[in-house]
Amino acid sequence: MADFDEELDASGLNCPLPILRAKKALGKMEGGKVLHIIATDPGSVKDFESFSNQTGNELLESKEEGGKFHFLIKKKT
Amino acid sequence: MSDDTKKLAIIATKGSLDWAYPPFILASTAAALGYEVQIFFTFYGLQLLRKKLALEVTPLGNPGMPMPMNMDKWFPTFLLAAPGMQSMMTSMMKKKMKEKGVASLEELRDLCLEADVKFVACQMTVDLFDMERSEFIEDVEYAGAAAFFEFAGDSDICLYV
Repeated sequence: MADFDEELDASGLNCPLPILRAKKALGKMEGGKVLHIIATDPGSVKDFESFSNQTGNELLESKEEGGKFHFLIKKKT
Repeated sequence: MSDDTKKLAIIATKGSLDWAYPPFILASTAAALGYEVQIFFTFYGLQLLRKKLALEVTPLGNPGMPMPMNMDKWFPTFLLAAPGMQSMMTSMMKKKMKEKGVASLEELRDLCLEADVKFVACQMTVDLFDMERSEFIEDVEYAGAAAFFEFAGDSDICLYV
């Protein structure tokens, strides 16, 4: 996994909490910084794609590892 | 808000635990995606604005509701009306939601407010049911159908729940 600046563990949370928590975390970050999100909700894979498409925060990476989902999102500048 | 901001208008008319979820989930998520959101609460939907939420769920009249031990398949419907059944179903549903990491309604409602989702209560229903404004949370505006259309008429998505 590439470098990131902040981390958010949304394990165990269900829709729409991972998205809402991610939005909140990004709100506290500066543009260009990268947020690493860990989630267990299988729906979050498509949801973070859609979140990225609609908000302009770039989804750099999305992968499953060790039964969890990992996302890297770069905050829009 | 700039003119190209997308808008979501929701009418919330149901006052049960299960039906309280769609408006709050959709509103909070849309707000996170940058939408300007307004929810108009009318009739039983007003229960979602109470300071202390006491919403329940009932399998009565809802053959689609999955129940523990497959009760929805064999348990006689008329017994679902037995005293205590509704509160039992409600506490089981709440327990299940907690186990599955589903947010509580209080949490979702707070997230909506944090994200500037606007709550509008139907003044006519408040009068009809002899409710007091003091029974509701403070972040509520009171208005009628015309006020709803002022926002909904400009909305990109409009939902009736």
